[in-house]
Amino acid sequence: MSRTRPAAPPPRPLARAVRIGTRSVRWRGRSVTVGLVAAALTVVLGVLAIGGGDYPMSTADVLRTLTGGGTVAENFIVGELRLPRLVTALGVGAALALSGAILQSLVRNPLGSPDVLGVTQGASTGALIVVVAGGGTLLLSGAALLGGLATGLLLWTVAGRHGVHGYRLVLVGIGTTAILTGVNGWLLTRAPLMDAARAVLWLTGSLDGRDWAQAVPLLGLLALLTPVVAGTARALSLIELGDDTATALGVPVSLVRQLLLGAAVLLAAGAAAAAGPVSFVALVAPHLARRLTRAPGPNLAAATGTGAVLLLAADLAAQRTIEGHQLPVGVVTGLIGGTYLVWLLAARRRAARI
Amino acid sequence: MTSRLGGVGMTLAYERRVVARDLTVAVPDRSFTVVIGPNACGKSTLLRALARTLRPTAGTVLLDGRDIHTMRSREVARTLGLLPQSSVAPEGITVADLVARGRYPHQGLLRQWSTEDERVVAESMAATGVTELAARPVDELSGGQRQRVWIAMALAQQTSLLLLDEPTTYLDVAHQIEVLDLCARLHEEQGRTLVAVLHDLHHAARWATHLIAMRDGRVVAQGDPREVVTAALVEEVFGLPCRIVEDPETGTPLVVPRARRGRQSGPVSAG
Amino acid sequence: MAPDRRRVGVRAAGLGAGLLLLVAVTVLSIAVGAKQLTLAEVWHGLVSPGSPEHAVVQQMRLPRTLLGLLAGAALGTAGALMQALTRNPLADPGLLGINAGASAAVATATALLGVATVRGWIWFALLGAVVVTVAVHAVGGGRQATPERLALAGAALNAVLYSFVSAVMLLDAASLDRLRFWTVGSLATADFTTVATVAPFILAGLLVGLAGARPLNALALGDDAARALGASPALVRAGTVTAVTLLCGAATAACGPIVFVGLLVPHLVRALTGPDLRWLLPYAAVLAPVLLLGADVLGRVLGRPGELQVGLVTAVLGGPLFLRLVARR
Repeated sequence: MSRTRPAAPPPRPLARAVRIGTRSVRWRGRSVTVGLVAAALTVVLGVLAIGGGDYPMSTADVLRTLTGGGTVAENFIVGELRLPRLVTALGVGAALALSGAILQSLVRNPLGSPDVLGVTQGASTGALIVVVAGGGTLLLSGAALLGGLATGLLLWTVAGRHGVHGYRLVLVGIGTTAILTGVNGWLLTRAPLMDAARAVLWLTGSLDGRDWAQAVPLLGLLALLTPVVAGTARALSLIELGDDTATALGVPVSLVRQLLLGAAVLLAAGAAAAAGPVSFVALVAPHLARRLTRAPGPNLAAATGTGAVLLLAADLAAQRTIEGHQLPVGVVTGLIGGTYLVWLLAARRRAARI
Repeated sequence: MTSRLGGVGMTLAYERRVVARDLTVAVPDRSFTVVIGPNACGKSTLLRALARTLRPTAGTVLLDGRDIHTMRSREVARTLGLLPQSSVAPEGITVADLVARGRYPHQGLLRQWSTEDERVVAESMAATGVTELAARPVDELSGGQRQRVWIAMALAQQTSLLLLDEPTTYLDVAHQIEVLDLCARLHEEQGRTLVAVLHDLHHAARWATHLIAMRDGRVVAQGDPREVVTAALVEEVFGLPCRIVEDPETGTPLVVPRARRGRQSGPVSAG
Repeated sequence: MAPDRRRVGVRAAGLGAGLLLLVAVTVLSIAVGAKQLTLAEVWHGLVSPGSPEHAVVQQMRLPRTLLGLLAGAALGTAGALMQALTRNPLADPGLLGINAGASAAVATATALLGVATVRGWIWFALLGAVVVTVAVHAVGGGRQATPERLALAGAALNAVLYSFVSAVMLLDAASLDRLRFWTVGSLATADFTTVATVAPFILAGLLVGLAGARPLNALALGDDAARALGASPALVRAGTVTAVTLLCGAATAACGPIVFVGLLVPHLVRALTGPDLRWLLPYAAVLAPVLLLGADVLGRVLGRPGELQVGLVTAVLGGPLFLRLVARR
């Protein structure tokens, strides 16, 4: 092959890929490592989480019970109490992180998250209404989901007429958040004190007493939305280059935005319905994932894994840190996440952005 | 003259502000077409309409005889590339990664990185002279280097038509010439059709094979720069009194603005 | 120049109209409530001790109205200053962690020291606001602070502090019961001691803030341009942050975190005055109390026989207005 302008071949391939026939899948060393480490951590923390508590179990006992060889008591404790909590933790962490990663990329702002857009506050409003009216747990979850979705719908109708533009979306989100914060504060004063305490616990985000009724719908939601998100992830990485560039590269920008906004809202609302609005996972997990993989772009898969591990670890810490006291997981994620962000800012004094 | 890309009876508007009405243009095949005109004359808007990033409120943009807005996004993207005025490089992205994103219209969920992708990206980087920079983060590069990287990305898209919106803005004079020479090479050696919006009349006259002069959303004149660029036209389009001399390097028209009264020296002919 | 002088005249007239509006709302705020007063009764209540209206006016309506005036002016000015400082039309005092700092300090005081009255909280809230603002400034880069870094640092500290507040509320039901009423934002608990405690801080903050109008105008053009115009960016920033802390710390301490006034009023005012802070700040200082007192009066009318907290009313009133503004852009 003769070319007029011979190019010095690059020293190594520009990108690594696994190829089978005409099929090819791209991969990055660091991203794969991060994924493997996250999986390993999930197993270790998962065994710890199942093994600990008022009825301690050894690692061998846990594994034996999980593989179907447990006693009746063990089966009940693991299968009905600890495993659903573990699964909910993983699901909530994954859903929040994925939602945050999508939104940060969509609005091109490192502070983009379901909290900023008001989805979380909307879920809280729904839940608080049920608390004030004296409804039960299942009704509360449903109302939270509805509240989150309604807020998403509001965002869509107010900001979405011109193709859900990033900046406008943040503006509308800030406004919605402020309204709902006022309403939530008021609702909290309307409840009797006992119910108010329950409401605050919910508002903080907690995994206490979560069973399959919370875990299964969340897993279903994740199973439904993950393919949609995965299918549009590459388009999302192009939207990061600017709308015009993305359009020129053949991305139907408006459609992709609306699809992903819908997915992000559903994920955040679903997570809030299961565990309450656990703070900061959606904001921190994508940042952490990006620093770990050092890959540009939305890093959706890495963020999802990081979020799941993060929430599991935070829940473990929340259960075990103070002897005899169970902190809600949201307190731990807020403290850890906020401290991490403060540290990150202090450590990178020169950079103006994260 | 044949033309694969053009617009017929287009009305172009942002929200309610109409920029151009009943605008009809055709881009000659295998030309290096340059659009010139004063600020806010609608030249970038025209380019955006041709690139499908702005939908005309009336009229149609035709690509290979079909309405561009009825075609699939990806199909258009394999034929028509755009280098917009402003793009955002995500923080920390490397040159190779950015250029690789230009392959999107040729890829799929299970066709993420073929040997063809690898080859085309390497060639695009070689053609723009950024191979050495492959592993460097884009945000550390100089303005000229960065612009060449973005052009490399547009090249990796492998389109026979390429639109460039003010590709020389923010560059120093040497880099401006470098980018324009690169464009000329793409046009001459690879036979691509290029459409560029340029600010500098001299650049336009020197590098273009086809010139479109616009004012107030209308095409005032178009054709070979040697015929189009006259003192009368420059006065009409830019409101700038000038003389036209021959570029000693290329023989193309060179616009020399008239001196203010009292600073003239030498003979002054009636323009 | 003639057009310029005319514009100054129009703006001054506008400010006068705003002041009239403020007087009207003030009178309303004294007159409206569980016991409705006529204008004559309001007058009696103000000037003649011993009249039956006197007790209502002096002990409840007057301090409440004064606090509304002070807090409104403080929030509006602080919001305008924040937006100028961060060069972000959406910044509000909450962004610098002021509300979170005040809340965390109040929560600590309530849970650990058993402080249960608004009067006791004020000093803690102020202290919390000051400490957190200094911390945000330090984390945000100190002398090299940029608007983006300040916003990020504020968000980070907000998260930490609110988590702490939730933890306190969860571990101690008594604190929860007191704090939840403070967190909505209300003028209902005002008395003269409260007003006297916060007034010096708010007045000082207003003075510092107004003095900063000119150098902040210069800073709006960018740090280099400001330096070229003879203003020191670091000094201007420090002064503005001080003013915002005084204003907002005091207002939050007295009424709880009231959302939206600091965000919305400067936004609306900018449409009237343009970005010139020499006009924007006085306008905000006059119109923000109109909004706050108006919302408070409305809360008393709508909530009968009780009342709706002003924080709720500002959110529900201001929110949709803000959304309309945003959607139209």
